[in-house]
Amino acid sequence: MDRFLFTFFNGEVMWEYLPKILSGMWVTTYLAAFVIATGLALGLLLAVLRSTLSQKMPAPLSWLAEALRLLIIFFVDVMRSVPPLVLIVLFFYGLPALGLDIAGLGATWLALSLVLAAFAEEIYWAGLIAVAKGQWEAARSTGLGFLQTLIYVVLPQAIRLTVPPLTNRTIAITKGTALGQVVAVQEILYQAYSGLSFSSNPSPLTLGALAYLVLFLPVVVAGRWIETRFAWRR
Amino acid sequence: MAAAGRHILDVRGLHKSFGTLAVLKGIDFRLRERELAFVIGPSGSGKSTFLRCCNRLEEPTSGSIHVDGTDILAPGVDINAVRRRIGMVFQSFNLYPHMTALGNVTLALRLASRKSKAEALEIGRAALARVGLAHKAQAHPGELSGGQQQRVAIARALALEPKIVLFDEPTSALDPELVGSVLQVMRDLRETGMTMLVVSHELQFARAAADRVVFMEDGVIVEQGPPEQVFGAPQQARTRAFVARIDGHR
Ligand SMILES: Nc1ncnc2c1ncn2[C@@H]1O[C@H](COP(=O)(O)OP(=O)(O)OP(=O)(O)O)[C@@H](O)[C@H]1O
Ligand SMILES: [Mg+2]
Repeated sequence: MDRFLFTFFNGEVMWEYLPKILSGMWVTTYLAAFVIATGLALGLLLAVLRSTLSQKMPAPLSWLAEALRLLIIFFVDVMRSVPPLVLIVLFFYGLPALGLDIAGLGATWLALSLVLAAFAEEIYWAGLIAVAKGQWEAARSTGLGFLQTLIYVVLPQAIRLTVPPLTNRTIAITKGTALGQVVAVQEILYQAYSGLSFSSNPSPLTLGALAYLVLFLPVVVAGRWIETRFAWRR
Repeated sequence: MAAAGRHILDVRGLHKSFGTLAVLKGIDFRLRERELAFVIGPSGSGKSTFLRCCNRLEEPTSGSIHVDGTDILAPGVDINAVRRRIGMVFQSFNLYPHMTALGNVTLALRLASRKSKAEALEIGRAALARVGLAHKAQAHPGELSGGQQQRVAIARALALEPKIVLFDEPTSALDPELVGSVLQVMRDLRETGMTMLVVSHELQFARAAADRVVFMEDGVIVEQGPPEQVFGAPQQARTRAFVARIDGHR
């Protein structure tokens, strides 16, 4: 037992690496915040665009719309198929080769944002088509335009339906910030891991796990609350 | 009491197909100002499709439709402006569940008619009062009975001061004891001289309130005339058969 405590809960080592872990927490927090903001916003934009492109329109325009619509679906399916870690590494090494200077932080942010956007788009889309057709018809019959109907009538109902699955997906992808470790993003796992290498003691890792718990447990609990609150009320 | 007056709705040679399925096969129909016409017919005969063509919720395949003098199928027509003058009431109410009754009624006033907030609220409250639901302005649809929801939906249509209101089976989703309140609102509306086109099988109401009954079958108007004629002495065998059938159900 003593050995276990010495190995994993070594107070001295923990104290030594606490500042590093704290700075890692800060990096994880803002990286996650940016990923959530970009991912959810881009996902919503794509879903709205897809819905707009699915409208009936005259011939030459309709081909363009169909092409764009298929492009969105292709993007979404690709982003949902490739493991986020692969994307991060790909962006980290690939984009500079294309002349686009990107740091590990940028690559991680971009990869996770795109993945979240793809999943979010599918969730928003499912929500949009789950709203009864009669809602569209009622609104359009009073003279509302397509976008007005989408924004004021359909989206509010769709988003209510999407809150529970979106919350889950957002939490899952946000935890993916730990993947940034492989491209030297100095987030929690990176700090904990380098602490482990320097001290030859896994206590920094324990501290890292605690840091994740402190950050994400409230989010998960809040997610559960949001889920129950939005799941049935319509 | 078929009033003289200009035609609010003028439909000629209306055809509508869904792919290869021809649903409307040449409808000619005119409705005068202040007139109330009842459309009856078997399921699948194209009644809803006919109504939905009149505000272009369905795009007609061919034919012409004029509403209050406007060719609503003309290429450059502002369909949203046209629709503001054509109220529509649906079988399933289709109220916006996330808004209050007043919110439902004022949304198009704000966004489509571009009324000020104060003006929209005033018109909205008046519309709810017309259907006897002024006291439910702040209720959400989920908190209202079916009959109340349908009356809010009627208020939503009325608030825009339409030239004509289309009703697609407004009472068939309602429990029998709630039907009366909706029919009463429609009766009041008729008193005010609203032009109305109603798809419904409320025969008693048709007998009492309709100027004209239109029998549709298989995408065409088989027969039309005053209710006493269509119900009492139908000219066509098909009408007779249908009337006998639905009368037997009551
Ligand atoms: N969007 C659509 N796509 C394909 N077929 C349709 C569509 N809408 C209606 N139809 C078909 O058109 C025919 C007429 O339908 P419509 O709803 O107008 O009939 P109705 O007279 O209103 O019937 P009911 O009394 O059952 O409401 C039916 O055969 C129906 O299946
Ligand atoms: Mg119908």
